[in-house]
Amino acid sequence: MTQELLYWQALNRALDLEMAADESVFTLGEDVGLYGGSYRVTEGLYAKFGEMRVRDTPISENSFTGLGVGAALVGMRPVVEIMTINFALLAADSIINGAAKIPFMSGGQFPMPLVIRVPGGVARQLAAQHAQRLESIFMNVPGLRVAVPSTPQDAFWQLRQAIRSDEPIVLLEHEVLYFTKGPVDTLAEPPPMHRAIVRRPGIHLTIIGYSRTALQAQEAAAELAKEGIEAEVIDLRSLSPIDWDTCAASVNKTHRALIVEEDCRHAGAGAEIAATLAETCFFSLDAPVQRVAGMDIPTPYNGALEAASIPRVSDIVAAARALMGPKEKAAA
Amino acid sequence: MERAMMHRLLRDMLLSRVFEERAAEEYGKGNIVGFLHLYPGEEAVAAGVINAAGPSDYIVSTYREHAHALVRGVPAREVMAELFGRATGMSGGMGGSMHMFDRDRRFMGGYGIVGETYPIAIGIGYAVALRSLPDTVICFFGDGAVNQGTFHESLNMAALWHLPVLFVCENNHYAIGTDIHRHSAVAEVYRRAAAYNIPAEKVDGMDVLKVHQATRHALDRIRRNGGPQFLEFETYRYRGHSMADPGTYRPAVEVKAYQAIDPVSIGAREIEYRYPSNAELAEVGPDNIARLTEHMIAAGHTEEAEIAQVKAEVQAVVEEAVQFSLASPQPTMEDVSRHLHCNRRNEILI
Repeated sequence: MTQELLYWQALNRALDLEMAADESVFTLGEDVGLYGGSYRVTEGLYAKFGEMRVRDTPISENSFTGLGVGAALVGMRPVVEIMTINFALLAADSIINGAAKIPFMSGGQFPMPLVIRVPGGVARQLAAQHAQRLESIFMNVPGLRVAVPSTPQDAFWQLRQAIRSDEPIVLLEHEVLYFTKGPVDTLAEPPPMHRAIVRRPGIHLTIIGYSRTALQAQEAAAELAKEGIEAEVIDLRSLSPIDWDTCAASVNKTHRALIVEEDCRHAGAGAEIAATLAETCFFSLDAPVQRVAGMDIPTPYNGALEAASIPRVSDIVAAARALMGPKEKAAA
Repeated sequence: MERAMMHRLLRDMLLSRVFEERAAEEYGKGNIVGFLHLYPGEEAVAAGVINAAGPSDYIVSTYREHAHALVRGVPAREVMAELFGRATGMSGGMGGSMHMFDRDRRFMGGYGIVGETYPIAIGIGYAVALRSLPDTVICFFGDGAVNQGTFHESLNMAALWHLPVLFVCENNHYAIGTDIHRHSAVAEVYRRAAAYNIPAEKVDGMDVLKVHQATRHALDRIRRNGGPQFLEFETYRYRGHSMADPGTYRPAVEVKAYQAIDPVSIGAREIEYRYPSNAELAEVGPDNIARLTEHMIAAGHTEEAEIAQVKAEVQAVVEEAVQFSLASPQPTMEDVSRHLHCNRRNEILI
C-alpha cells in the first residue's frame, strides 16, 4: 500500500507499527510524549501507548541514553530520541563506551537492541552549536551501526529494521528532510538495511551521497544531463557498514568518483569513502577520487555564509564538470 | 540473623580477601596485566549487600568488582581466568578486571568509566517497572563517582519515576588519590540523596552484619513501596587505587586506624601478599572479619577450628582458580569477531 508521506510521518508510522507489534519497544527523549516530539515524529503515540512507553525525560542526555542501554541489556527495545546530534555529544559515553562496547566486552553475553534517533545536519541558521553533522564520530566506533535515510520510504524501512535488530543503531535524520514528501509503501519488503541504492543510472561518473546530499546529487545529475554528462548517483543509505560492492561496481564502470558530504571535509565520512575507493578501484580510475564537502569551519549564523559552508547543487555540478576533464569542459 | 547466613558472610569475606591478595601476587608475576583495582578492606560491603539480594535482583558494579562477582556466586576460577585474559573467563577474556559480566547471575557488569553505573541501573530498573516485575537493581558506585553529572541525572529520574533501584555508595574516602574533603562540598554522601527525595542512610561499612541488615531493609522498602533507596557505607581500601598506585598520599596513621577495624585485619605492608596469621590478626585489633568471627564465637555459632577450616578451604579455591586460569586457552581473533557480532543473528546488513 503506497501513500505520500512526509519524512516525519514515515518515521511516526514506523514507530507506531513497531510499538503496536512488540510491547518491549518503548521510546524516550525530551518532549517526545505530551508535546509530540520536536519534529513531530512521536506525535499521537503518548495518547496511544501511555507514559511508560512514550517517556518524556528531563534534559539529561547521557543518563536517559544510558537508561536505554540498561533497558536494552535486559531485552527491551528502546528508541531513544536525542533532540539534536549536537546534544548527542553529552550522551557520547552511553553510546560509545556503553552501547557499542557491552555486548563485546561481556564476551557476547548481552543483546543491545537500542535505536538512537538523532536529527542533525545544517538546517536554517541555527548557528554553530546546533548545526553539526558529526557522523564521522559514530562511524569511527566499532560496534555501532549508522543509517542515514534520505527518503520517507527509507526512513520508514530503516527505523523498523533498526528497532528489530539486536544491535545498537544510530539513525541520523536530517533536519531539512523532515518535511519532504515521498511515496511510502508500508507493505513492500525492504532491501537490507545497509545496502546502498543506485538512484540514477549513468555512465560518465559516479556521484556518491547520503542523507540530504543524496538528494542534492540527484538534482546535480539532472543538471549535468543537460550538458550530456550522465552521472550515476548512489545513495549510500548507511555509513556503517558501507556497501562497498555497490560503490565499486559503479566506479569500475564509470571510472570516476565524486563524493558529496555535508560533514566537514577533514576526517569526514568522505575521507573514508575516498580512501577505500582509491584502495579498491585504483586501476580502473581515470581521475583521482574527488570530494565536495562542508567547509572546516563552525557553521556561521549568517544565512549566506551558512549556505556557502556546505555543498550546494551548483558546487556538485561544478566539481563533476571538473572531474570529467578538459574534453567534457570544452564540449560544455 | 541465621547462623547459616553468618557463615556465608564470613566465607565470602575471606574468599574475597584471599582472592584479591592472590590477584596482586599474580599481577607481580605478570600473569595479570593492565589496571587492577583491588578490594581488600571493603569486603563487608560486597558480602553484606549482595547476600541480601535475591537471585532475580540485578547487580550493576564498578571497575572494583571482583569481590562483587565472587559474592554473587561466580566461580572464582571464572573471575580469575578473566583477570588472566583467558577464553574461560567470565567475559571470555574480552573484558578483563574492569568488565566482568555474568548474565545468568544477573551480574550486569563491570564499568570502567566513573559514574556510568547509574544510567545502566535506572535503565534496568525502568525495564523492571515497565514489566511490573518484583525485581530490584543494586547500583554500586564509589564516593569519587558522586560528582559526575550522571549521579544527579539518574537519581532524579529514579525518584521521578519510582524506579526499583538501590543506590549503594562504597565510600572509601578517596577519589583515586583525592580525599573526599578535597573533592566534595558535602562529604556526607547520603545527604545528597535528599535533593531527590530518596530515603538514605549512612551505615558502618566495616560491620558486615549492619551492612546486611541495612540492605535487607532497604530492599524490602523498595519491594513494598516502590521507588529508589540510597545507602552509604563508610569503608576503606588498604591498597592504592590500583596496582599502579602506591597510595602514598594517605597518611600512615589513617591507614593504620582503618586497619584496626579491618574486615580481615591485614597486617603490616611486608606481609601484604600472604594471609595474616591469627596472631597477626589479633595484634592489629578487631577488624571487620574479626568483628564477625568474635561475634560468632561469642554467640556459639562457630569456633576457631572451624574458621581455620574455612580459610583453608577458600585458599584451596583460589589456588585452584589460578591453576585453572594458567591451563586455560587464550582467546582468538575468531572469538573477537564472534563476540563483536554476538547479536547479528541471521540479519543480512547489505
